[in-house]
Amino acid sequence: MSTAADWRGVAAESQDDFTDRVTLLLRDRSRRLLTSLLRPHRRILAVVLAVVLVENAARLAIPYLVKEGIDRGIPPMQAGEGSSVLTTITVVVLMTVAVQAVARQAFLTMSGQVGQRVLLELRRRLFRHFQRLSPAFHDRYTSGRMISRMTSDIEAIDEMLDTGFDGLINAALTLVGTAVLLLVLDVPLGLVALGSFPLLLWLSAWFRRESAVAYRRTRETVAAVIVHFVETMTGIRAVQAFRRETRNEEIFGQVNDDYRLANMRAFRLIGLFMPGIKLIGNVTIAITLIYGAYRTLDGAVTIGALAAFLIYLRQFFEPMQDISQFYNTFQSAGAALEKLSGVLEEEPDVPEPSRPVPLTEPHGTVHFDDVRFEYVEHRPVLQALDLDVPAGQTLAVVGATGAGKTTIAKLMARFYDPSGGRVLLDGIDLRDLSETDLRAAVVMVTQENFVFAGTVADNIRFGRPAASDAEVVAAAEAIGADAFIADLPEGYQTRIESRGGRLSAGQRQLVAFARAFLADPAVLILDEATSSLDVPSERLVQRALRTILASRTAIIIAHRLSTVEIADRVLVLEDGTVVEDGAPAALIASEGGRYAGLHAAWVESLA
Amino acid sequence: MPPTTVTHPHPAATDPSRRRAGTSLWRLRGYLAPYVWALVVMAVSAVGTVAAALSIPLVVRAIIDGPITSGDRAAIWPLGLLALLLGAVEAGLILLRRWVQASAVLGLETTLRGDLYAKLDSLPMAFHARWQSGQLLSRVTIDLSTIRRFSGFGLLFLVINIIQLFATVAVLLNLYWPLGLVVAIAAVPIIWLSRSFEHGYVVVSRRVQDQQGDVASQVEEAALGMRVIRAFGRRDLAYDKYDRQASQLFDSSVAKVRLSARFWTFLEIIPNVALAIVLLLGAIAVGNGSLSLGTLVAFITLMLSLVWPVASLGVILSMAQEAMTAADRVVEVLDTKSTIVGGDRVLDQPRGRLRFEGVGFAFPDADRPLLRDVDLDVAPGETVAVVGATGSGKTTLTALVPRLYDVTTGRVTIDGVDVRELTIASLRQLVATAFEEPTLFSMSARENVTLGRPDAPEADIREALEVAQASFVHDLPWGLDTRIGEQGMSLSGGQRQRLALARAVLAQPRILVLDDTLSALDVHTEALVEVALRAVLRDATGIVVAHRASTVLLADKVALLEGGTITAVGRHSDLLATVPAYRELLSADADLAGAAA
Ligand SMILES: Nc1ncnc2c1ncn2[C@@H]1O[C@H](COP(=O)(O)OP(=O)(O)O)[C@@H](O)[C@H]1O
Ligand SMILES: Nc1ncnc2c1ncn2[C@@H]1O[C@H](COP(=O)(O)OP(=O)(O)O)[C@@H](O)[C@H]1O
Ligand SMILES: [Mg+2]
Ligand SMILES: [Mg+2]
Repeated sequence: MSTAADWRGVAAESQDDFTDRVTLLLRDRSRRLLTSLLRPHRRILAVVLAVVLVENAARLAIPYLVKEGIDRGIPPMQAGEGSSVLTTITVVVLMTVAVQAVARQAFLTMSGQVGQRVLLELRRRLFRHFQRLSPAFHDRYTSGRMISRMTSDIEAIDEMLDTGFDGLINAALTLVGTAVLLLVLDVPLGLVALGSFPLLLWLSAWFRRESAVAYRRTRETVAAVIVHFVETMTGIRAVQAFRRETRNEEIFGQVNDDYRLANMRAFRLIGLFMPGIKLIGNVTIAITLIYGAYRTLDGAVTIGALAAFLIYLRQFFEPMQDISQFYNTFQSAGAALEKLSGVLEEEPDVPEPSRPVPLTEPHGTVHFDDVRFEYVEHRPVLQALDLDVPAGQTLAVVGATGAGKTTIAKLMARFYDPSGGRVLLDGIDLRDLSETDLRAAVVMVTQENFVFAGTVADNIRFGRPAASDAEVVAAAEAIGADAFIADLPEGYQTRIESRGGRLSAGQRQLVAFARAFLADPAVLILDEATSSLDVPSERLVQRALRTILASRTAIIIAHRLSTVEIADRVLVLEDGTVVEDGAPAALIASEGGRYAGLHAAWVESLA
Repeated sequence: MPPTTVTHPHPAATDPSRRRAGTSLWRLRGYLAPYVWALVVMAVSAVGTVAAALSIPLVVRAIIDGPITSGDRAAIWPLGLLALLLGAVEAGLILLRRWVQASAVLGLETTLRGDLYAKLDSLPMAFHARWQSGQLLSRVTIDLSTIRRFSGFGLLFLVINIIQLFATVAVLLNLYWPLGLVVAIAAVPIIWLSRSFEHGYVVVSRRVQDQQGDVASQVEEAALGMRVIRAFGRRDLAYDKYDRQASQLFDSSVAKVRLSARFWTFLEIIPNVALAIVLLLGAIAVGNGSLSLGTLVAFITLMLSLVWPVASLGVILSMAQEAMTAADRVVEVLDTKSTIVGGDRVLDQPRGRLRFEGVGFAFPDADRPLLRDVDLDVAPGETVAVVGATGSGKTTLTALVPRLYDVTTGRVTIDGVDVRELTIASLRQLVATAFEEPTLFSMSARENVTLGRPDAPEADIREALEVAQASFVHDLPWGLDTRIGEQGMSLSGGQRQRLALARAVLAQPRILVLDDTLSALDVHTEALVEVALRAVLRDATGIVVAHRASTVLLADKVALLEGGTITAVGRHSDLLATVPAYRELLSADADLAGAAA
């Protein structure tokens, strides 16, 4: 019985994320990303900056104008000299408000649009980058974490753009503007009031430092929540059939609670930061009030100036309150950006060549040259594999499960690069081929055939997006998938949900097969692609194979030897080494051979 | 419903405008019940904060009208210290509120997420087939944090700001009512505007949230289908699909930005306009002596303190709208009735007699039933093989036993009891299935194998692994504790199947279902597994879905599934001899002939 803690088991790298502990490096990395994202918008950003300056100037001018109104507008009226000064000032106030309105709306709209554009660009870049990263990376990283990066982390940034951005910019500008204005109003009083600024800065720096750690943790814990959630929903059938619900809730409860605690820590930090700011503000106001009263009595400042002073201080500290709330979305976004920049700087370990060798007319000659491969260090799966497949040959690979057949297929499709040696197509190292050329030449149908949300026709057309409806139907007919598709409620236009909800396993294999048929590559790899089919369907597929394989190289992996026997050549694999290699008929004939043994066992199993 | 995406329907998304705004959010209030005291503390300290904040300008007035006007220096200090004290109290109350608030709202979010997860865990397969899991994911993450943010920060400040607004206006009316009236009148356009804003915003924010779900679905699909996309070199296609969704989301987000930009601006402007008017009228009043200068200063100070609460109402009301639509989305899931509810019977001494009696089944959106009039009787300890063409409904038939789906007509009984009368837990303990797709999780191999029986002793685990020829797990780097890659990706296909088989065997069910479980095994391994399985199947009732004669031979009898019903039941050799359709499906001659041709 395992405890709630050890359900995940041990893996080779217990790295739970990119563990660059150097904060500075992280900040540097996110700054680089941010700069590259913002650079295309620098013109608009300059305008935004100008607009926001105008807006804040207008905002800050209003209390000043009020002071002028009190100091200069009222005395003439008390003296019975009319209200012309006051009227002028009021008109100026109204004009300032109008300017502020225009500027604010412009700022919000423009900055919002730029923000969304940046976000879109970030989404695109991330998606592209995840696509470039190798299957080995994805094995390690898991789809749940990838999903969490592309949803939750992006969301954190979106939220900042929604609310925090505006607040924070205004806070910063108010800070500077207020400092200047206070000094203009009265230098000694201004200095007293500004005495609190170092304290404020120190408090902010403390909060920034502490909360960066806290928010990084929230990003990591929310990823764990998402990973577990996605896996449960993907495997819901097994979860329910095996009454896994209780245990799952226990595990989910744990990751959920980790996330709660991480958030709690972050919230507590704001819980200290905000009242701290408030306290500093209030103490400053009180001191200014006392000192200001003395200075007023001394005649050094006017009552209006004192009032303006207090108003400014208030105006400064008041939004600081709620802004520190936005500061938290800002910090959260910062942590998200760190994670994203980490992913974006991850180099693909199956890199595309910078100067690819062109492959215009692939013939399909395959050559494995002293290929060695290991998934986990010091656990070789293939050892010194040498293999020549002339163009047009159909090669069958057989062997016990776990022998390394799929590994050969994956190396051929360049899911992985060999740990030693080379894999060549038409004499060119796969590492020198562009992704487009390689994929046009080599197509693999895997054991895990995945069906995408969309119509059946879309799914088949996945093999060749340019294919016409007629070609799609022809491909389905050729491999015998036509009958069941025609039977679906809307035929080829029937929608299937992602992961193939409404198709049976065999039907999914047929769709995957039709896809490959349509793709029409020079090298076709079939990895147990017919295992879920009934015998007549399989026979139809074989008939189709016989025609399509006549002109192309094929690597077929199968356990049912009926499929193997259409091959020109059979390779028997055992623990990663080739133990037999020859034409099927010759191998069957060879007394005591392994393939002969396999074949005999198979024939017996059919009885 | 707003025109979201044509291609991705949101199954249960009801028309948001028909749902009374906020009812869903209100329904979630129960989640705050454990935190009633926290809420009280929060409210009290919030009111205290407002009171303290309001008092400070009054102290300022007292200083200007008192010591400064009279020149009494000594009187400055007590008033100044009072201001200091009030300031400290305000800060202290904020500290208290925030700490209490943190645990309350996080508790709310965490409990709600746990419940949502449990609900999703219990909803039937039919639900999961219909819903895109990206949509579910975005509910569990984005929507919940939207609700959390509102119920903590948003709700409180909505209340505080409104209290502050009313309190301030009251104080202003009290200070000098003609000016106070001006301020009160300024509130009218604010209220009117907020209402009209609400209408537009509900629609846009729901659209944005739904599209976020769509984007999440695309991401998920690209993540899970990554290997196929790569194998066919179709990343541009996948990217375009994603990009379309992301661009739609972008458009809606920009629309949302536009809408709130206008609203937020108005909210900021109205108090300032009122301020200009107050200044003008106030100065005139001071001029003709009906108002003291100190009162005017206090008045204006107080009014300025209103600018921020009113302006921030914009953000808060947007937040409220989003929380309401998020709550709608969450409640949609919580409200989904599970169509598969357990009965209350438990079989004490189950023998494992399984009967299908006139069973019919149709998928919810199908135009005709997939299965009809299926009659099949399996005696305790007997094993039946189900044979049928691809897509004939074999997997569906087996899924009816543990009630992953429910029959539409007829009934399935175990020992004469309708499976719908049994508790779900006891039923699923009686039945274990090795699925055609292994469905492994990125957990330790042990956890994967003991899925149906977490307390299985070591010896049983070892035995089950042996039956399934899955002893290779002992050779993994950390043996049984090695983490199996996501969906078992670090294992070969056959290894995965054997692990899934071991899982079903370990559950020691009365009824064991093997759904084409040996398809990825090589002939040798298959033979070994079959020998071991024979022993297991002697004790249990078995259903074996098979394509190959060798597997069929595990069974005592064979049922041929054809055209949605069982057309023949009998021994393998008899069926071969008498039923042409069966011969067509399973004949060794045909297979050999096919191979030799
Ligand atoms: N992603 C992976 N990480 C670690 N080990 C792996 C991975 N994929 C396969 N293996 C191991 O490599 C060996 C060969 O696997 P594979 O090539 O899939 O065998 P098969 O011949 O059945 O296709 C197996 O022992 C398997 O456990
Ligand atoms: N969720 C679903 N909604 C509608 N039709 C479905 C769904 N799942 C499967 N089907 C259809 O039901 C039929 C039987 O599927 P299944 O039982 O998996 O067949 P098999 O006999 O190959 O195991 C198939 O034609 C498939 O298209
Ligand atoms: Mg394999
Ligand atoms: Mg099936």
